[in-house]
Amino acid sequence: MIETLQNLSSGFGLALSPAVLLYAFVGCVVGTLVGVLPGVGPLAGISLLLPATFGLDPTSAIVLLAGIYYGAMYGGSTTSILMRIPGEAASVMTCIDGYAMTQKGRAGAALAVAAIGSFVAGTVSVVGLMLLAPPLAEFALRFGPPENFALLVLGLLVLAYMSGGSMAKALAMAALGLLLGMVGIDTMTGVFRFHYGLVELGDGIGVVPTAVGLFGISEILLSAGRAIRAEIRRPRLRELLPSRQELRDSAWPIARGTVLGFGIGILPGPGHVISSFVSYAVERRLSAHPERFGHGAVEGLAGPESANNAATSGAFVPMLALGLPSGAIPAIMMAALMIHGIAPGPLLIQQQPQLFWGFIASMYVGNVVLLILNLPLVGLFVNILRIPYSFLYPSILAFATLGVYAVNSSVVDVWIMAGTGLLGYVLRKFDFEIAPIVLGLVLAPMLELSFRQSLAMSAGSYAIFATRPITAVMLLVGLALLLLGLRPVFTGAGSWREATGPEPAARGEGEGKP
Amino acid sequence: MIRGALTSDRLAGAALAAAAIFVLWESRALPFGTIRDPGAGAVPVLLALALLVCSLAVVVGGAAAQPVAAIPWTEWRHAVAILGACVFMALALERLGYRLTILVTLLALLTLVERKRWVVGAVFAIGFSVGSYFLFNTLLRVPLPLGPFRF
Repeated sequence: MIETLQNLSSGFGLALSPAVLLYAFVGCVVGTLVGVLPGVGPLAGISLLLPATFGLDPTSAIVLLAGIYYGAMYGGSTTSILMRIPGEAASVMTCIDGYAMTQKGRAGAALAVAAIGSFVAGTVSVVGLMLLAPPLAEFALRFGPPENFALLVLGLLVLAYMSGGSMAKALAMAALGLLLGMVGIDTMTGVFRFHYGLVELGDGIGVVPTAVGLFGISEILLSAGRAIRAEIRRPRLRELLPSRQELRDSAWPIARGTVLGFGIGILPGPGHVISSFVSYAVERRLSAHPERFGHGAVEGLAGPESANNAATSGAFVPMLALGLPSGAIPAIMMAALMIHGIAPGPLLIQQQPQLFWGFIASMYVGNVVLLILNLPLVGLFVNILRIPYSFLYPSILAFATLGVYAVNSSVVDVWIMAGTGLLGYVLRKFDFEIAPIVLGLVLAPMLELSFRQSLAMSAGSYAIFATRPITAVMLLVGLALLLLGLRPVFTGAGSWREATGPEPAARGEGEGKP
Repeated sequence: MIRGALTSDRLAGAALAAAAIFVLWESRALPFGTIRDPGAGAVPVLLALALLVCSLAVVVGGAAAQPVAAIPWTEWRHAVAILGACVFMALALERLGYRLTILVTLLALLTLVERKRWVVGAVFAIGFSVGSYFLFNTLLRVPLPLGPFRF
């Protein structure tokens, strides 16, 4: 414990240095803007801004990207409460009671409760991240190639199981991503696969152009031409104080949302979205007056808001401790670290303590920055909705192209961005989740290497995957999930996942309909 | 729902299955190795088979999905224009340079697609291309391509 506190104090030394503090601040501001803007979710925002981090040192880069991630969670709640526009999918539940409170004239209090809930959940879950990641990483140090292989397979299967819609579709997307990851030079034999004469593909298909195309460009393709007109409400500063009763009513939902969100966030899948739905359902179930939900119940706002922020920190646990991203956003962050020559995994905390503890400390700082930034400046942030989308999307397109080209100074990456943009657009139209593609692309080289290394270790015997206990347990759990998830395909029965479904933007949700 | 109608899942599943078969065909040129000692072509083949199985499961379970004809494509004009802009930028970036490429792209999108006045489009396009070049190339030292006359 003392060691943890010492590490944390050195982390704060780094996080409070002017440069890192500046990047945390910039990340929070940009993230809030990304969250406020409908149609530009945290995924698209991070993908588009990823290239801007290449010139930075790894700590600043990850601090900036994390700031965008949790800033977007805060920003998304603002437009949900004031205008019933969920800036990102996790804020859909916030719209229900948050907007109802606005209609009752309690907009300021709703914003304050959301900010307090987010702050508490954000801060407490960073404590969870700080305490859980190091021992988990230490445990994972015992992993050899078979355990790594089983972990990666299990991660992909859990992601597919937790994804909205059909598991077969999510698995098809993961397989597609893994196949894209097969392009390039095979690290074990040096054979150049699927290159079609393009030497630029030697290092494989880049994660950056793929992520920017799949999330950024497809988002522009889906939302361009959509007129977003919203009446902009701006609460006054003095209206931001919640009543004593509102604070009392939201205390337990914040606590429950924090625990739920952190737990769900650790699991692979869109944890920040699922946790807000689960938290809303739990609060309604526990409430003595469930009929108030949907009509401005502060519990229905406080729970989901806390849950989606706690899930943000939870998602970093497997990424930092195991090198296993639990979703597309941690996968992109992992790619950002890899571009800087840092491989996230069990050795990260030992080999890069400065980065890990600086990052943890910056999350505490970022939460304070967001609290200070969001409440007084809420009127300023909602003004961004006044920028016509007809000017916004060409600018985003130009920035995306600039960023993608800047990675390798290669137009092949611009072509990949355009191609994956079209692919993402069509797949989202057809109700497919695209996050597993990016995850597959990031994990493919590790999955292949650990599979072939395992067989090399066992002289070609597949029994190695059954005789090592951790490997066998992980593969059995994965198999059970696979059978459970694919059951509806064969029985025709409905699945709980049908109720969630892919990104709302693809279905026209998130559209401005105040 | 019309029984046997072409649904989004069935069409997408069939397209993904075709992609898997294409990868299997292309993998012929790669050394497969053996089951006990897989070569560079083994994992792509296994993954293509996995994709094929999943795609067929999507086709089999896709009867209840939305019919393809019911998918709205109201934004298709914008989508074609934006994809056209991406293709133009990929072709022009290293020939015309960053500033000219972005200027032409933004001007075309704003005036031809969004029907903004030429003056408004030109001011925005020039301001953005020159401003972003200054920010990224001059200040942040991100190398961006130059075009004719080193512009």
